[in-house]
Amino acid sequence: MDVFTHLALGFGVALTPINLIYALVGALLGTLIGVLPGIGPVATIAMLLPTTYALEPVSALIMLAGIYYGAQYGGSTTSILINMPGEVASAVTCLDGYQMARKGEAGAALTVAALGSFIAGCVSTVLVAAFSPPLSSLALKFGPAEYFSLMVLGLIGSVVLAQGSLVKAIAMVVLGLLLGMVGTDVNSGVARFDFGLPELTDGLGLVSIAMGLFGFAEIIGNLELGEKREVLSRKIKGFGLSRKQIRDAAPAVARGTAIGSVLGILPGGGAMLASFAAYSLEKKLAADPSQFGKGAIQGVAAPESANNAGAQVGFIPLLTLGIPENAVMAMMVGAMTIHNIQPGPQVMTSNPELFWGLIASMWVGNLMLIVLNLPMIGIWIRLLTVPYRMLYPAILLFCGIGVYSISNTSFDVSQTAFFGLIGVIFVKLACEPAPLLLGFVLGPMMEENLRRTLLLSRGDATVFLTRPLSAVLLAAAVLLVVVIALPNVRRRVGVQA
Amino acid sequence: MVRIRHPRDFWAGAMFTAVGVAAIVLGSKYTLGSAARMGPGYFPRMLGILLVVLGGLVALRALAVDGPKVERFRWWPTLLVLGSVVVFGQIVQTVGLALSTVLLIVMASAATREFRWKEALLAGVALATLATGVFIVGLSLTLPIWPRFS
Repeated sequence: MDVFTHLALGFGVALTPINLIYALVGALLGTLIGVLPGIGPVATIAMLLPTTYALEPVSALIMLAGIYYGAQYGGSTTSILINMPGEVASAVTCLDGYQMARKGEAGAALTVAALGSFIAGCVSTVLVAAFSPPLSSLALKFGPAEYFSLMVLGLIGSVVLAQGSLVKAIAMVVLGLLLGMVGTDVNSGVARFDFGLPELTDGLGLVSIAMGLFGFAEIIGNLELGEKREVLSRKIKGFGLSRKQIRDAAPAVARGTAIGSVLGILPGGGAMLASFAAYSLEKKLAADPSQFGKGAIQGVAAPESANNAGAQVGFIPLLTLGIPENAVMAMMVGAMTIHNIQPGPQVMTSNPELFWGLIASMWVGNLMLIVLNLPMIGIWIRLLTVPYRMLYPAILLFCGIGVYSISNTSFDVSQTAFFGLIGVIFVKLACEPAPLLLGFVLGPMMEENLRRTLLLSRGDATVFLTRPLSAVLLAAAVLLVVVIALPNVRRRVGVQA
Repeated sequence: MVRIRHPRDFWAGAMFTAVGVAAIVLGSKYTLGSAARMGPGYFPRMLGILLVVLGGLVALRALAVDGPKVERFRWWPTLLVLGSVVVFGQIVQTVGLALSTVLLIVMASAATREFRWKEALLAGVALATLATGVFIVGLSLTLPIWPRFS
């Protein structure tokens, strides 16, 4: 079967009424939380994960994926209108998007962001469909040694964009791996680090950790910051683009899509790096770079296309290798696991309708976003005028009910609050939680693969270097560390971010 | 006397080291095994040692490089926000969703300086209605709405 037969199968799944509804719910919810401050996609997915138990796995994943790209879309809306990125990946859109809005071109900026994202989404959907089969068949040949090395590479990749000290970010990964050890060891049946609590024999809850570290900690942080938001109150009109604007934006969209597709597939690279890279490239190529930062349409078109392409291509490592490359993907692993689907190369053959349905739904979701959201801009703006003091108690309530409903115990709720406290400490000590979450998800898999590798090699650890593929993966991880550690590279990333 | 020049990183390093040591100590009761036959204690021990080393590196570097202080910890908002959720989890089964929601909202709202009793109570009642509609009627969650006297 070629790409298009696969996609046809996928659209068959994605276009069923029930899945269309879940894609819509996910995309709208994603846009909502992307627009609203104080709650990001990780915490939202954590909140909704318990409610997806009853759904078909494919519907659940379609909805959760919708939250992810919807959030990016909502994030760019606030970047343009109020100079505040809802999500990190759209931070760079503020530079020119907000300036366009100040010049009275908010409508054009929103349109170009939406169209750019959509075009990038179309291209990257085809890319995901084209690259996934060869990658999964390659991954099926992986032994435990290769898997272990791949996870090392993936985890190192996740710290690439961490701010501040690299060692700290790696320590967060290790801390996450250790948290993953809590609970019953599959091989010996020993309950590890359970502190005598029977609730911990199944391990710590992914939902609790994610919601605590990403949701509660952020709310508390926002309360300390206080409120300073300024909504552009002028009426937004003129969603059309002039011929000149189209001529300027089109090549930027194409280049942004290309950059996003390439960087998105790298472990840890993802949407944020892509948007920064695309913006810098446009600035270099522009006939008049001085226009950037003053409302250049390319400065909106390129990063928006890049972050959407990057976000979607980011599904490739998850779907083909079972390796999440960012915190949202780690939540997707959690979603697949609760439906008894082990993420990895076998998903494509064992659950083809899930695999291709999810991919097709991304395209459908992007189309919905563009059709629904431009007319709905007014509603999103009105939501922004809801003061934060009304908003966060409601978010806490939905988190509380969501966590409680996982297993109807107060233990999960207390556990979440505990990780909220840990999250506040992390914020104070400038430790980023995303690498920890990846470590937590990969911990048990990593231990299992290490165990198998060393069992097969009779305790000889050099197999990781003598097996060529494993050696290449580890070499790539080392190279990545060296590149990040080079001071001038870090300084440059620091300045941009 | 060694001076801590980068308090934020120093304490981060100290935290990592402490967790690493705890993992090694708590993990010492699990069978270690050998590399070829790893027991349940093997991988956690590896991670614990790694974390101690990394934490040590972070903390040592904080003695050599200048950096920001640890921001002040605001106990009151932290306590109210996290406490409101914990209390909700503890009482929702006996007190019911309606009243626990109102309590959560009022308690959480008190974390801001702009707190107003009337507004918080109103929001609590509105959200209790909404939550009952969405979660109990809509998603048919098995939670009581009102207190149970038994």
